[in-house]
Amino acid sequence: MELPTPDQRILGDKARIVKRLRQVVPPDSVIDDGHETLAYECDALTAYRCPPLAVTLPSTTEEVSQILKLCHREGIPVIPRGAGTSLSGGALPTSDSVVVCVSRLNGIIDIDYDSRLVRVQAGRTNLSVTAAVEEDGFFYAPDPSSQLACTIAGNVAMNSGGAHCLKYGVTTNNLLGVRMVLMDGEIVDIGGEFLDSPGLDLLGVVCGSEGQLGIVTEAVLRILPKPEGARPTLIGFSTSEGAASCVADIIGTGVLPVAIEFMDQTCIRACEAFSGAGYPDVEALLIVEVEGSPEEIEYQQGLITQVAWRHNPVEVRQSASAEESQKIWAGRKAAFGAMGQVGDYICLDGTIPVSRLPAALGGIAELSDRYGLQVANVFHAGDGNLHPLILFNANDPAELHKCEELGAEILKLCVREGGCLSGEHGVGVEKRELMTVQFSPADLEMQMRVKDVFDRSWLLNPAKVFPLELSMARRSQ
Amino acid sequence: MRPENEHELAAFIASANNPIRIQGGGTRPLGNPCTGEFLSTTGLTGIREYEPGALTLVVGAGTPLDEVNTVLREHGQFLPFEPMDCRKLLGTKGVSTVGGLVSANSSGPRRVLCGGCRDYVIGIRFVSGEGEFLTAGGRVMKNVTGYDISKLFVGGLGTVGILTEICFKVLPIPHDTAVLLINGLSDDQAIRAMIHALNSPFGVSGAAHLPRGMDGHPVTMIRLEGFEVSIDYRTRELTRRLAKFGDVVVERDPVRTQAGWQFVRDVELFEAAKGGDVWRVSTRSRDAAALVDMVRRSYEIDVVYDCGGAVLWIRTRESIDLRALIGPLPGHATLIRTSDANKRRYGVFHPQDAILARLSEAVRQEFDPRNLLNRGIMDCRHQVN
Repeated sequence: MELPTPDQRILGDKARIVKRLRQVVPPDSVIDDGHETLAYECDALTAYRCPPLAVTLPSTTEEVSQILKLCHREGIPVIPRGAGTSLSGGALPTSDSVVVCVSRLNGIIDIDYDSRLVRVQAGRTNLSVTAAVEEDGFFYAPDPSSQLACTIAGNVAMNSGGAHCLKYGVTTNNLLGVRMVLMDGEIVDIGGEFLDSPGLDLLGVVCGSEGQLGIVTEAVLRILPKPEGARPTLIGFSTSEGAASCVADIIGTGVLPVAIEFMDQTCIRACEAFSGAGYPDVEALLIVEVEGSPEEIEYQQGLITQVAWRHNPVEVRQSASAEESQKIWAGRKAAFGAMGQVGDYICLDGTIPVSRLPAALGGIAELSDRYGLQVANVFHAGDGNLHPLILFNANDPAELHKCEELGAEILKLCVREGGCLSGEHGVGVEKRELMTVQFSPADLEMQMRVKDVFDRSWLLNPAKVFPLELSMARRSQ
Repeated sequence: MRPENEHELAAFIASANNPIRIQGGGTRPLGNPCTGEFLSTTGLTGIREYEPGALTLVVGAGTPLDEVNTVLREHGQFLPFEPMDCRKLLGTKGVSTVGGLVSANSSGPRRVLCGGCRDYVIGIRFVSGEGEFLTAGGRVMKNVTGYDISKLFVGGLGTVGILTEICFKVLPIPHDTAVLLINGLSDDQAIRAMIHALNSPFGVSGAAHLPRGMDGHPVTMIRLEGFEVSIDYRTRELTRRLAKFGDVVVERDPVRTQAGWQFVRDVELFEAAKGGDVWRVSTRSRDAAALVDMVRRSYEIDVVYDCGGAVLWIRTRESIDLRALIGPLPGHATLIRTSDANKRRYGVFHPQDAILARLSEAVRQEFDPRNLLNRGIMDCRHQVN
């Protein structure tokens, strides 16, 4: 993975820049010590690291504005950062950049149950939005697996999803407005506490723009009444194809589960060893969760079980209690930790049409053989969002390279099957160079022209999303 | 001009020199009046791909909505955002196309539960104002690859390009429907009742209040949809919870429930033949009744509250600047039906924040640098904070 050549002028001018930053925000909100900036050298895509020039920790929208104004004037690249949980390198710095970390902006500004919405500062963590309203019977729906740590600002930047988005949608479907600081320091409100803002839907474009259009400091989020209850059903299959065709059939019946999760044998065995969830030793399993009152759950579970039996399951296990539910989910929720016990891995994030699941899984197995690297599959099957985990030895540079190549091949396969490169992790630096597989140069040019409007000098998270060569002219102007 | 395919369309735009007015079925003449050579999208039709198991449908932008509904219904699915049929309200004829309803971001009562049109458009193909043929989004429901450019086209009234193909996320049609009706509530009580219902865990998929319903009396409507066993249970529970607002009558006849919600969705109460100007106001539910009350002190108006009061349809006599009357509000007021002269005088759209207006105009220009497409249709006044 390549990073743009750092600007020597900025590197040589560090002392003065840091001094200027300390003039616009409280001095202790600026970190420039080489040891301390190491904490910001990477996000959750730890294979790539680079400490920034300095890190700022603003506490108000106004401070964010002042920092950006300064960086804009000085021509310094800015890397927005929430909690640094991006799996695609969205918050990876360059050595000549200033990181703007919004984690201190973590307050609740307003809760309006009458309109079922909250206005929060965007550095607030995802789970703590729910925590603020759950006693009153509400929750915030998008639930990325990093939800304990990840911030709303990061969720908006990446349009984060989660296990339950089959029913509740992703961030963009639960976001009504933002307050955002543009690269030149201007503060703008897009959308708000109401539906259907007039004019072009800029909010829709900001959400998922990977921090390239502005730094979001406040967000208006939809909250929902908590369902009365939820229960999973576990279904084991002797073939991956059986599990895959069952998924499309469940959706075909008209039940809309909140989640349909898929795990293959490699993953099942790792999770079982790690968590003792009591999973059957099968080729593939599905966890299908439905919501409602006890009688509603029972009815939907009945329908799902009926469908499942048509696909020769090895085992069908309906949870009938909170304890059983917890056990069924325990393994799945531990999946990424469990796989970490098996070895180093990188986690991919392509999406395919659900109907192409069997073909995609077959294709992945074939590629895994060809590259001689093991691939485990655990993913949100209901919406076709695959998370193949490629196991490799991180201490072997040659194997890392092979692993990257295999990852690229799997994502290309997803696009060939009618899907896309990223379902919920974002492009970041990780999939940047693959964008031409999915989009024509003209399509990408149009997207870059949208960035031009918001950030004419391409200082905001500049070396992300677009292939370096395509964005070079804009970045080096 | 009526191109039969995307290449013909792209060639036409590339060589065009004069303003172009894009038209689908011509049933939704929304926005500012604009002039230009007519370009019909009705040649760009057909279901291109439909995967019921993946809940996705790809369709030519000029395809009639009825045709799409028919195909989806065969598989027990639908476009859940309930696009409105504008013909009665706006006194138009013709056949609504999917490109037209997407360009208008047309969403009905179910958006309180499912979201609006914007939430169901997952990918598009379009021709830009420079005659370039481009793609955005994709054909799968979960996709964060690159910027979500499709959103600009939903509600963009054709100003950022000409849609040629749209990929929708679709959902299963609920098996059963119940409508809980409470008669005789004041606007204020009705909003409390709707909020109470919407804040329950029963997945309320419609909450509307008509101070003058079909029979001239106030009626509040709460919709539940799902499996029969679910609807039995939820109707029972919600009826109990709403009892404090008044007697609840339950309607489960499919024909009658459908007619009732169509009446709300299409704002049939304000049909064109009966005259008057029509505004649509979006605001916070809790502010809705006070807002209406304030307007009523000056003028006699008719109101339809949808989405629990977050969306208000207001009919006034002709030539009243409702926006000036209600003053600043969290939200916005759009002039939906009036004379072209009044549209010019009052402005169709709510004044926009100056920075936002500048960004929007700059984005539009990137897609249509010569400003050929539906020129001026979305213009609005700027408001400096």
